[in-house]
Amino acid sequence: MNLAFSDKDLMFEQELQAFLAEELPDDIRDRCARGLIVGNEDLIRWQRILYNRGWMAPNWPVEYGGTGWTLTQKYIAAREFAAACAPLPTFGITMLGPVLIAFGNAEQKAFYLPRILKSEDVWCQGYSEPGAGSDLANLKTRAVREADDYLVNGQKIWTSYAHWANRMFCLVRTNPAAKPQKGISFLLIDMDTPGIEIKPIIGLDMGHTLNEVFLSDVRVPVKNRVGEENEGWTYAKYLLQKERSFVARVAQSRHLVQRLKRIASEQKVGSTYLLGSAEFRRRITRLEVDLQALEYTELRYLSKELQGEPVGPEPSILKIRGSEIQQGLKQLLVESLGMYGVPYENDSMKVSDSYMEVGPDHRHGILAEHLYGRGATIFGGSNEIQRNIISRMLLGT
Amino acid sequence: MDFNLTEEQGMLRDSLKRFVADHYQNTDRAALVYSDPGYSTEHWRLFAEMGWLALPFAERHGGFGGTPVDTAILMETLGRGLVLEPYLSTVVLAGGLVALAGSEVQQADIIPQIIAGDLTLALAYLEPGSGFDPAHVATTAYADGDGFLLNGQKCVVYQGPSADRFILSARTKKGVSLFVLEQGLPGLSRKDFKTLDGQWASDLSLESVSVGPEALLGAEDVALPALEQVLGRGVSAVCAEAVGAMAAANEITRDYIRVREQFGVAIGSFQALQHRWVDMHIEAELAKSMSDVLAMRLRDGGEDTPAMVCAAKVMVGRAAQIVGQGAVQLHGGIGMTDEYAIGHYYKRLSIIDLLFGNQDYHATCYEALEAAK
Repeated sequence: MNLAFSDKDLMFEQELQAFLAEELPDDIRDRCARGLIVGNEDLIRWQRILYNRGWMAPNWPVEYGGTGWTLTQKYIAAREFAAACAPLPTFGITMLGPVLIAFGNAEQKAFYLPRILKSEDVWCQGYSEPGAGSDLANLKTRAVREADDYLVNGQKIWTSYAHWANRMFCLVRTNPAAKPQKGISFLLIDMDTPGIEIKPIIGLDMGHTLNEVFLSDVRVPVKNRVGEENEGWTYAKYLLQKERSFVARVAQSRHLVQRLKRIASEQKVGSTYLLGSAEFRRRITRLEVDLQALEYTELRYLSKELQGEPVGPEPSILKIRGSEIQQGLKQLLVESLGMYGVPYENDSMKVSDSYMEVGPDHRHGILAEHLYGRGATIFGGSNEIQRNIISRMLLGT
Repeated sequence: MDFNLTEEQGMLRDSLKRFVADHYQNTDRAALVYSDPGYSTEHWRLFAEMGWLALPFAERHGGFGGTPVDTAILMETLGRGLVLEPYLSTVVLAGGLVALAGSEVQQADIIPQIIAGDLTLALAYLEPGSGFDPAHVATTAYADGDGFLLNGQKCVVYQGPSADRFILSARTKKGVSLFVLEQGLPGLSRKDFKTLDGQWASDLSLESVSVGPEALLGAEDVALPALEQVLGRGVSAVCAEAVGAMAAANEITRDYIRVREQFGVAIGSFQALQHRWVDMHIEAELAKSMSDVLAMRLRDGGEDTPAMVCAAKVMVGRAAQIVGQGAVQLHGGIGMTDEYAIGHYYKRLSIIDLLFGNQDYHATCYEALEAAK
């Protein structure tokens, strides 16, 4: 048993830290540090910097333009990027890329992968539907074969960033007669195809990240199908496994702890500071301890994975506890504002100096991040679904 | 970075697992609980033969030079079986203090006897008014000729009735000192009692107990850092023990809810029970990580080690309560019986939350350490 990383990995960590200190633009860092959404243009500006450094796709193999990093390096990179308050990689990198690399044909890989790397395409994920949330396999969007096309009809919902995306990877039903998991196909759809309509969903934070996507007689060429017809569920499951790696978000939460402690040590409450309240301090301590336990658990699981042990319920455990800790910390940040937790307007797309100018500067972002963060226990497989997954694996009941 | 055991550590764990499987079925344990001295002296001889008593001691005293990581592996495996033998008191705590603070003569006298299985010891450091704070010592040791005269009280000394000797903290002229006391010294009286977790312990009362200079363990007045360091190892040992006990409790509970039927189905098919069990499992997993890292930190040293001791105890203490209470709840009525194993896991896990300081105590210590940064 040994906690230390190898000298090689420590040098890699330093290289990342130097790069991030040098290259991450201050305005983007500030938005991420406040937990605010980074706009599409800013995101692309950052992605171009990553692309030029060759670090756009940490999770792809070298032959497709990825970094070819080891599992440990990927862990360190995810941690350092988060610690530096850099934007997270987008759907094209984290989710679609791995599926195309595993299941796409040569033509699809040659066309789409470089476009993702160069930020020429922005992808959104067309999975959830009004009747298919946790029960994703119940999706009803229908794709009927007509010569060289599929004719797609149906509705997607909770589609993050559909209004920024020019393409959508989408699960559709191609065989309604088969068992739910057996009749699903995986299609790549251009968002400018006639018949697609996007309606914004305004979130609790009053911001616009979510959408409904309506598809009416949308023609999608058969060559835009990834893999075999009716095998899409297999690919989506593969993708969901990818989605759950590094879900603990320890570095993000560590940043929240630092913010919280700084604010609590500066915030006057009568004749003392907020951090002087034994109860408030204890609530921070509890979450700090939980966060340490989560960090070491993530490392312990990484060590198991490095030993070649198959991945079991570990990602679900990290997701459940990671999201609970995040929400706990965001709740305390809100409480640290006292009555300045009252004023609110949608600030998710504004820069800090044009904000409402009420209360201390540190309040900018806290409420939006808190409201948006209520989703952490819902999306990516709700925590209840994660508990079902663990139960199925370990209890077998 | 790795959490893997070495080949030797794997062998250590396997031999301990065999011991627990062979000697610690629930009924075997129940018989030992009500015996005198509350554990098996035959087992203790086996501990000596297997070299387990030699594990943490230096090679020059006949030990194996093991680290807190090795101790954690041992304690975790013993924890699975709720093993009663006084490894924590004799080897980890008292033995650890002799090795850390004792003179060369004291080490050469005591450690080989521990290793041979011929000597058991108990640590007496808490007092009725001290809470969990080892620095709060009202027991006094005044110079008396060449030696000392001790007066005061010590409370809840595990293995008090059976130990051959005590290691006891007392206030001397300028600080805290440790003394090695034989059982049965004039003026040293014991009040013995059974503990909630099926062991024996004592309150000690010292009235003008007269000892020679050789009773002083190591140097006078400066024992507190060694005591605190060894208590940190005690925290690591009971955290590891709790990890083993939680794993066993979760397995027993899993097996029970898979077969126990109500309303015509296994109760493990109910989502409310499944989710509660999953939460117990998650707590146990996090506790395992904290326990492993604490053992590594104690082995490797470093500034943050005292804060890690506190953080681990806070986390493991909570996990122990959640798992212990949840295990009883998921068993229903049978979990309320003395006969069935799960209640004994619950009791030991509850006690581990208290040992060397409960969650509140360690959270307060953690905050003080953070504030001093």
